[in-house]
Amino acid sequence: MEELTSTSTPKKGPSVPAIPSVERRMFLRALGLTTVSAAAFLTACQNSMNDVAPKYSGARLSADGVSFGEGDFAILNYAYALEQLETAFYMAVIEKKTFAAGSKEEMIFKDIHDHELIHREFFKLAIPADKRIGDLEFDVSSIDFTNRREVLNTARVLEDTGVAAYNGAGPLISKANSIYLTLAGKIVSVEARHASLISSILQPGGGLFAGDYVVDNNGLEKALTVSEVLGRAGRYIKTAINPASLLALESSKS
Amino acid sequence: MNLLGIFSQIEKADPEIGEKMDYSRRKMLKTTSVAAAATPMFFAAMVNKAFAAEGCAGDAIAIVKYALTLEYLERDFYRAAQFKAGLLPSGTRPYVVQIAKHEAQHVDLLEGVLGIKPNAMQPKYNMATLNAALADYPTFLTYAQALEDTGVRAYKGQAACLLEEDTATSRTVLAVALRIHSVEARHAAAVRYMRDLRVWPSGGQNGTEPDPKVYMNEDQGTQGGANLVDFFNMQENKMKLYSPDMSTRSVYESFDEALTAEQVLAIAGPFFAAPM
Repeated sequence: MEELTSTSTPKKGPSVPAIPSVERRMFLRALGLTTVSAAAFLTACQNSMNDVAPKYSGARLSADGVSFGEGDFAILNYAYALEQLETAFYMAVIEKKTFAAGSKEEMIFKDIHDHELIHREFFKLAIPADKRIGDLEFDVSSIDFTNRREVLNTARVLEDTGVAAYNGAGPLISKANSIYLTLAGKIVSVEARHASLISSILQPGGGLFAGDYVVDNNGLEKALTVSEVLGRAGRYIKTAINPASLLALESSKS
Repeated sequence: MNLLGIFSQIEKADPEIGEKMDYSRRKMLKTTSVAAAATPMFFAAMVNKAFAAEGCAGDAIAIVKYALTLEYLERDFYRAAQFKAGLLPSGTRPYVVQIAKHEAQHVDLLEGVLGIKPNAMQPKYNMATLNAALADYPTFLTYAQALEDTGVRAYKGQAACLLEEDTATSRTVLAVALRIHSVEARHAAAVRYMRDLRVWPSGGQNGTEPDPKVYMNEDQGTQGGANLVDFFNMQENKMKLYSPDMSTRSVYESFDEALTAEQVLAIAGPFFAAPM
C-alpha cells in the first residue's frame, strides 16, 4: 500500500483525548442524522466503528478519530483537512510523473499544487495550535497515476468537492467571525478556477468548465453537506476521523 | 456620476433603497465588541474591523438588487454577443452559451427572490459602451473577463454583510450568493483560459485590461494577519513549492480579493445609461 503524507516530515496523527460519553452519544446521534447520505458512507461508518475496514469507500470514521473541534474551529479544521488532501494529491501527481516533465499540463498541476499548499499553510498559521488538527495521512493508491484521463477526472472531482464543501460550510460560520467567511470566500473562488481549468483541459471550449452536473437549473453550484463531502473525499483519508462536532454544528444550523 | 446614476435607477424601482443604504452606512460606522475570550490570538487584531463588514450594498434585499443589476448586465452582454453575427468564431459558441445560460438563470432566480416581474428592474444601458465592448472577438473576451472577475469580487464582498445581518432573508440570500459566486469564478477562469492567460488574477497576468479598477488591490501578500509573502520567502517554506521562484505570485493567485459595492459600481458604471 502506498502512503502519502502531506509534508516531507511524516508525523503521527494528533493525539485526541478520550471522548466523554456525552460526546460519544452525540456522535452516534449525529451519524443517525446522516441516513440520507450515500449508502457507501454509512457502510464505511459501520465498518470503521467495528474496526474491521482497512479498505473503505468512504471516510474511516471512529469515535476515537481526529475531531475537528468546536464552533468555528470545526469549520476551519474541515477546510484545513481538505487543503491537506488536495496538496497531497497534487504532490502525488507530480511525483508519479503523470504528465511529461516540462509539459504545459505538468506546469498547471505544479501551479495548482502550490496554491493548495499555500492554502494549507495559511490554515496552519491561522488556527491556534491547540485548536488545530494535525497532519492527516492519505492513501491515494487507488488512483492510477499513469492514466492521464483518470488523474484529470480525479482532480476535477476533488476540486468540485472542495468548492461544494466551502459552499456548504460557509453559512455555518458564526456572524461574530464573519472574517472567516471572507477568507474562505477568497479561497473557494480559486478552487472554482482550478475546477474550471481542469475541466477546460478535459474539454477545451466546451461547457464542462461549469457543467450541468455541478450547476443546477437556477445557475447555482452544488453545496454539499459534511457527510456528502466525507463520502466523496474520505476514501483518500487514511487517518481515522471523528466528524461528530462538525455534524452536530451542521444539524444545529439547519 | 455613473455610480449615482445606477442607484437613482434602482431607487425608481424601490423607493426604500435610499433608506436601506443609510442603514448600511450606520451599520458600517458602528463598532461592536466581541467576546474576546473566544477570539484566537491570531485574529485578535482584526476583530473590530471584522465585526462590521465594509462595503455592503445595504441589507439583504438591497444586496439582491445590487447583484441583480450586475446579473442583468452580464446576461444582456452575452445575449448581445450571441446575436451579433460573426462575433463568435466557430467552436467558441458552446462555452459562451453555457455562461449566458447561467447569467440568465441568475437573473430569473434573483427576480424570484425579490418577487418582481421579469425585467422589472432591468437597467438602461449605455449602448455606445456596450457596442464597443462587442467590437470584435478579442475585445469581447477582454470585457467578458472583466465582467466575470468583477462579478466574483462583487459577490465575495457581500458575503460577510449577509452573514452579519443574520435574518431569515439574509441567510437564504447568503446560501444562494455563495453558490453563484463559485459559478462566476468558473466563468472567469474559462474566459481567461480562452485568452490563453493564467486563470488566477495577479499583476501582469490579466491580459489587456479595459479598466485597471477591475484588478485593484488584487495582489495581497497578507491574509487574516499572516504575511504569506514573507512566510514563503523563507527558504524552508519556499522549497515546499514546485515553483519556489514564483512564490510571491503564487500567494497572490491563491486568494481572490473582494471589492466593495461602491468599487464594483464604479467599474460597471460606464455600461449604464446616464440618469435621466
